[in-house]
This record gives sequence, C-alpha cells and structure tokens, in this order.
Amino acid sequence: MNEKLNYSIIVFLSANHAVRAESVLLKKGVNCKMIPVPRNISSDCGVCVRIDWHDKEKALKVLSDLNIEIVKTEDIQ
Amino acid sequence: MNTPHKKIYFDNAATSWPKPDCVQKALKHYLKNVGANPGRSGHSASVEAGRILYSSRENLAKLFNCDDPLRIIFTSGITESLNLALSGLLEPGDHVITSSMEHNSMMRPLRFLEEKGIELSVIRCNLQGRLESSDLKKAIRSNTKMIALNHASNVTGTILPIDEAGKICREQNLLLLVDTAQTAGAYPIEMDKNNIDLLAFTGHKSLYGLPGTGGLVIGNRVDIDRFIPLKRGGTGSFSENEQQPDFLPDKFESGTLNFIGLAALNASVNWILETGVEEIRNHEKKLTRHLLNGIKSINDIKIYGPGDDNLQTSTLSFNKDNVSPSDVGQVLDEQYKILCRIGLHCAPAAHKTIGTFPDGTIRFGLGYFNSIEEIDFAINALEEILNAK
Repeated sequence: MNEKLNYSIIVFLSANHAVRAESVLLKKGVNCKMIPVPRNISSDCGVCVRIDWHDKEKALKVLSDLNIEIVKTEDIQ
Repeated sequence: MNTPHKKIYFDNAATSWPKPDCVQKALKHYLKNVGANPGRSGHSASVEAGRILYSSRENLAKLFNCDDPLRIIFTSGITESLNLALSGLLEPGDHVITSSMEHNSMMRPLRFLEEKGIELSVIRCNLQGRLESSDLKKAIRSNTKMIALNHASNVTGTILPIDEAGKICREQNLLLLVDTAQTAGAYPIEMDKNNIDLLAFTGHKSLYGLPGTGGLVIGNRVDIDRFIPLKRGGTGSFSENEQQPDFLPDKFESGTLNFIGLAALNASVNWILETGVEEIRNHEKKLTRHLLNGIKSINDIKIYGPGDDNLQTSTLSFNKDNVSPSDVGQVLDEQYKILCRIGLHCAPAAHKTIGTFPDGTIRFGLGYFNSIEEIDFAINALEEILNAK
C-alpha cells in the first residue's frame, strides 16, 4: 500500500514537452499521469509528468533516446 | 442549360471547401467538451487541450516526415510563417534567391528586407511558370544564405523543382525555405527526402482545416539560437523569467494559439493521413486532366501553365482574347453557380512572368471533393459563355 505512494516527478521545459513525454511514455508502456507542477518543485505554472518510482529508469531511458530534455526529476514518498 | 441546385466550388486554391466531416465533429467536441487553453493551466481540461494540440503536431510531423513534432511552430497562417522565416534568419548583407512565380506572401517580405540591406535575386521563370534549377545555381554568390521558393504557383499550378533546389542547397550549404500553400496535403512532401530546412504551411487550403492556422517546420540544420522570433510574450513556460524561452516550440509561439483551429487541423490532417496523399493527388490529377482536355476544346482559349497534370497542381488559369476575366467570373457565379477566382491572385510577379499583368486570369482551383460531373458542367458553361462572346 505504502509502496504505491512512491512517485517520481519529471519536469520538462514546457507543457508542449510534457505532453510529448506523456505520449512517448505511454507508447512505450510506461504508465504516467500529467499533473500540475508542485510549487515546492518549481515555480512554473505548467504541468509535469508523474510516474511510479519503479518505472523511473525505464522512463528516463525512453526520454533520453528521443532527446527530450528534462529540467528536473524529484522522488516523492 | 440547367443550373444545378448546389453551388460548384472551384476556388480551393484560395481556401478549401467543403471540409471533411471530421472537422465539424472536432470543433463541436472541442467547444462542448474541452474548451480550455493548452499549456496554461494544470487542470485536466487544459491537459486534454494540450494533448489535442500535440496530436496536431504529431499528425503534421507524420505528413511531412519530421522526426520531432516539437520542431513544428504554429502560426496564424503561412504569411506569418514566411515572414518569420525570412525576417528571423536573414540579416543585412545576406543574399537570398527566389523565383518570379512567388505569391506576395513571399515577395512582399522579401522586398521589404531588400530595402533593409538584404540582397535579392528573383529568378525569371518561363511563360509556363517553370523554373530551371540551373538558373538557381548560377545565381549563387559568396554571401547567399537561402533559396526561398513556392512549391507550386497559386496562379498556374506549376510545380517548382524544390527537390533539385534542395540538392543545390545541401551542396552549397544554403537554407531551403519552401512555401507549400498550394501543395501541403495534396502532394507528397518530406523534410529529409526533399532537403527542406524550413517548410511553411497553411491550414485552410489542401490541409482542409480552418483559416487562422498554419505553421513552420524547422529542420535540424537551422541554427535556433540565431533565429529571431517575430513576437515575444507569454508561453506558459518559465513564467518566472522576463526573458523569452530559447527552446522550440515556445521560443516562437508567444500568446494564445488558435487552439480550436488547431483542433480542427488535427482532425483534417488525420483525415489526410487516413485517405492518403497519393489517393488525393491521383484524384486531383484525374480532375485536372479532364478539365484541361475540356477547356482545350473551346475555341481560342488560352491556358497558362504547363497544361499537364504531371507538372502542376489542380489549379488552372485561362483566358480568352478580348474577354474580361471578371465578366466571365460574374456570369459563372450568377448564372451557373460556379465559384472561381478572377484577377491577379495576390501574385503580380507571377502574372508578369506569364504575360497576364495587369488583367489577370480566370482561375479554377479544384479540390479533392470536386467531381468529373462538376467539371463537365463547367466546361459546357464556359463553351456557352465564351463561344457567345
């Protein structure tokens, strides 16, 4: 139960990049959810992608293969 | 001759009509169920709007074979796209080569930049509007930076040799800017295969979307850092900064986009991908061939352009000696419900090239939704009008 609360947040350059990331992650079978960027992570008013902590490594590889720039990642318990 | 009940729309070169049914459905869905501003808020409707916007980019990237959908910049239309590419990349002292068949959307920004110190060579096309690629090569100077061409003329439909221009640009390390207003969606175009660096498109013609939408696809050889935007402002990203973002597409997309128009474009480009550009091109070629054969049979009619469906789009210009194009256009509209365009079509250079300045021509711009029956009806109408003159 507690494990389900372990997430990673990935912040991108803009909402355009976040939507692209969501699209490619879903195509590669990585579950993700678009959420507003938490204020404690960034002052930006946009959206970011939240993934299950276990999928972090795979997600970063998928994004890196497509040269999708990541501004910040943060693990949340 | 019996006038048909429905109008016959032969003005697709100005804007396409009708649109595929999916366009209306997409608009209705957006208005009723989505409504929000993409990329500006974190709520679910804004995220859904962002997904639709991204899907538009993805469909266009498939259509133009571009590997990164975020290299597609949305604009208000191709005029803005061409202004952005030309004024954003050319600096005083640079030389640019264009053709004498350009629309004013290309020619006017170039003439403006010429006054600001950019050198311009306008390569003369022949009477059919055809451009010799060897003439492009001959015009290259040590300071040439770009070749800027329309893919096909909006007056005669003549297709310009962009493939050869692309090869020249690669050999000489120049940028190729292509105005696809008359071809995107109706003719195969690929960024890599055609060596295009900057592909300007409009949404409301052969992409079957709405006016107020268009864009610029930016190739990998273009230096983004030295590409100056037309406007600066809110992008929804890096809101803490007072400086413009330096990455794509945000650098060039300030202000709220015409997102409902782009939702329509998403649907129409998806329809093009499902229908197939080849199927669209083949149908339009068949219509063009039929129209050409029919018009050729009318006494003393003068057809401009190549007169060959392999060498042109489905746009055709013609005249008859001593007959005013505007008179013919008016009779076609009022008596036959045939809607076409007469005059100069915003392309004075093209009309000077083919010898029809300043009177212009009668132009039929056919589209995918036209039929052979409509063309037969129009040919009979023209025979009645022109043989009586």
